Amino acid sequence: MHQLRRLDDGLDRGEGLTLSIIDRRPGLRVGLLLTPPMLWLGAAYLGALGALLITSLWTQNDFTGNIERVWTLENFKTLFTVEVYRTITVRTIGLAALVTAVDALLAFPIALYMAKIASPRAQRLLVIAVLMPLWASYLVKAYAWRGMFSADGPIEWVLQPFGLNTPGYGMVATTVTLAYLWLPYMILPVYAALERVPDSLFEASADLGAGSVHTLRRVVLPMAFPGFVAGSIFTFSLTMGDYIAVKIVGGTTQLLGNVVYDNQGAANNLPFAAAVATVPIVVMLGYLAAARRTGALESL
Amino acid sequence: MRKNRSRRRWSGPAALACAGVLALATACGTSSGDSSGGGSAAEDQGGFTAPDIPMQDSVGDPEGQVNILAWPGYAEDGSTDKSVDWVTPFEEETGCQANVKYFGTSDEAVQLMKTGEYDVVSASGDATLRLIASGDVAPVNTDLLKNYPDIAPFLKDQKFNSVDGQMYGVPHGWGANLLMYNTDVVKPAPTSWGAVFDGASDYAGKVTAYDSPIYIADAALYLMKTQPDLGIEDPYALDQDQLAAAVDLLKKQKENVSEYWSDYLKEVQAFKSGDSVIGTTWEVINAVAQGEGAPVEAVLPEEGSTGWSDTWMISSKAQNPNCGYLWMDYITSPEAQAQVAEYFGEAPANTKACALTSDKTFCDTYHAEDADYAAQIHYWTTPIEQCLDGRTDVTCTNYGDWTTAWTEVKG
Repeated sequence: MHQLRRLDDGLDRGEGLTLSIIDRRPGLRVGLLLTPPMLWLGAAYLGALGALLITSLWTQNDFTGNIERVWTLENFKTLFTVEVYRTITVRTIGLAALVTAVDALLAFPIALYMAKIASPRAQRLLVIAVLMPLWASYLVKAYAWRGMFSADGPIEWVLQPFGLNTPGYGMVATTVTLAYLWLPYMILPVYAALERVPDSLFEASADLGAGSVHTLRRVVLPMAFPGFVAGSIFTFSLTMGDYIAVKIVGGTTQLLGNVVYDNQGAANNLPFAAAVATVPIVVMLGYLAAARRTGALESL
Repeated sequence: MRKNRSRRRWSGPAALACAGVLALATACGTSSGDSSGGGSAAEDQGGFTAPDIPMQDSVGDPEGQVNILAWPGYAEDGSTDKSVDWVTPFEEETGCQANVKYFGTSDEAVQLMKTGEYDVVSASGDATLRLIASGDVAPVNTDLLKNYPDIAPFLKDQKFNSVDGQMYGVPHGWGANLLMYNTDVVKPAPTSWGAVFDGASDYAGKVTAYDSPIYIADAALYLMKTQPDLGIEDPYALDQDQLAAAVDLLKKQKENVSEYWSDYLKEVQAFKSGDSVIGTTWEVINAVAQGEGAPVEAVLPEEGSTGWSDTWMISSKAQNPNCGYLWMDYITSPEAQAQVAEYFGEAPANTKACALTSDKTFCDTYHAEDADYAAQIHYWTTPIEQCLDGRTDVTCTNYGDWTTAWTEVKG
């Protein structure tokens, strides 16, 4: 102790002072600890969103592509009055809901088997199997589905004997591809939720005379519900923002992401792209508010 | 850091230039300023004038490097294919190290040129006027380019590469958008663009089209030939009604479209797999698809066609203007032109290149010296409010309108 004190005295006077202030004031310590991440969140994350909102209130010279910093609501007026943007918004939300529903239907039996039926060893293998597709590039998977749906692809080959054709590139192919891409994000939270259901609840339910269907409906599903909500936030928001898969397998289909991309990348119209980009943000805020109301987020 | 540097460089000479000329008030904003493209009258371009950017009057010592923004395949240094290399000889000859960046669409090129980080760009006709109007490129002193006299005369002083007789670049090469079809499925061979418009339902779900607002001009060209009542004189000069007619035609076409393409390899693949059997294409795509064994042919339909004519332009904020000029001169030399044209599959602008191509019939195949063939092509041009066909009684639709219209077509 004595030696330490001496060491401390030997330190630069100012430094010793700072150190002791930090020692004495826990509030300051917490403040210093949290400031960098809060700055990151505030400046980089919310700042970027704020910049996006501000840009959406500017306009662009149609011809030269230069941004004109004049305050106007013109972009939002176009967005709400031109019918094609409403159609695209409705289509995007519909697709997001459809992909979420398909993923929920597929994820439930898989997650249930993983959590309650499989042996611990099989359980580990299944978790790896579910995560495995995430190791492959998004583009590779999307292009794989492009091959599947092509006119000389496997789907055509399977359906032809029945006098049917591949649905080709369009909404069907997009739904299947996106549902495939986001499935792990639905399986994992549902699996986590089901794993927390104690086995004794199944026994109790059986003791009280419920059949397996009844148990599933009244005991398992309500307890898995927070998992579905968490998973659906992923599948829904990822679909809302997608523009690459739809470019690869969507044929002529346009989603909100494509409109943003076309306006930013092709037309240089950053202000309008920013205005369009606020639509998924608003939709997601609404979705999160609805998810919160269900109470599912608290029990996660 | 880089951006800062270029901003500072820009403010030096540009501020000087601005101070010198009063009329520049609109042209000398910041890089995202408010230049409007001027206002006084010039007959051939319906009143389009360019901001006053100073022109270089001599080529000084090379700066040691040049930043090149180019279409894929225009500046090959052997990294794609060892035998395809005309950049290294340039570097050895001039001492300018070439830093090449490729872009995918004209719009991307316009966007990247605004950063001021590139010295030269190979711009197509649908980008050139926008670059000129926004003050991102400078007029080109063709006297400083020793290969300029050998450029095919029908490529010089065009609406898309010059303003009031002042060239804004040096022509690089050109080609036509063709009609490609699957010879197994499409019989008899089509001779008209009608095959993808009025007759598209014969190939329902198998038609393809180029995914860009500029494709509206293809529909306008077809209407120009088939519906004279609309009074279309130039597919890039459409008033509101004419644009609406083109959009209607494209909406009907869309019902039969399998997908739109902008990535040329995607089109090759779609024709190989049979997902697309007929649609617009480039010569190079036809060659690649045939090379991969797809049963396809490409024709120039009887209505003529839209096409591209590319121009090397120099940035108004060029940090290496001397190397930029050296590059523009080098890339339009017969030797370089022969290699680029053959690699990319287009007609070289410098017709002296025709003697140097490895395939001696190359220039005939691409009609490089055929002014009549070239006259059938309506080169990509940026639509602007001042009607490019010389009409002054109406306002034409501009590229922004076309972008919105294209979104509506795709629905």
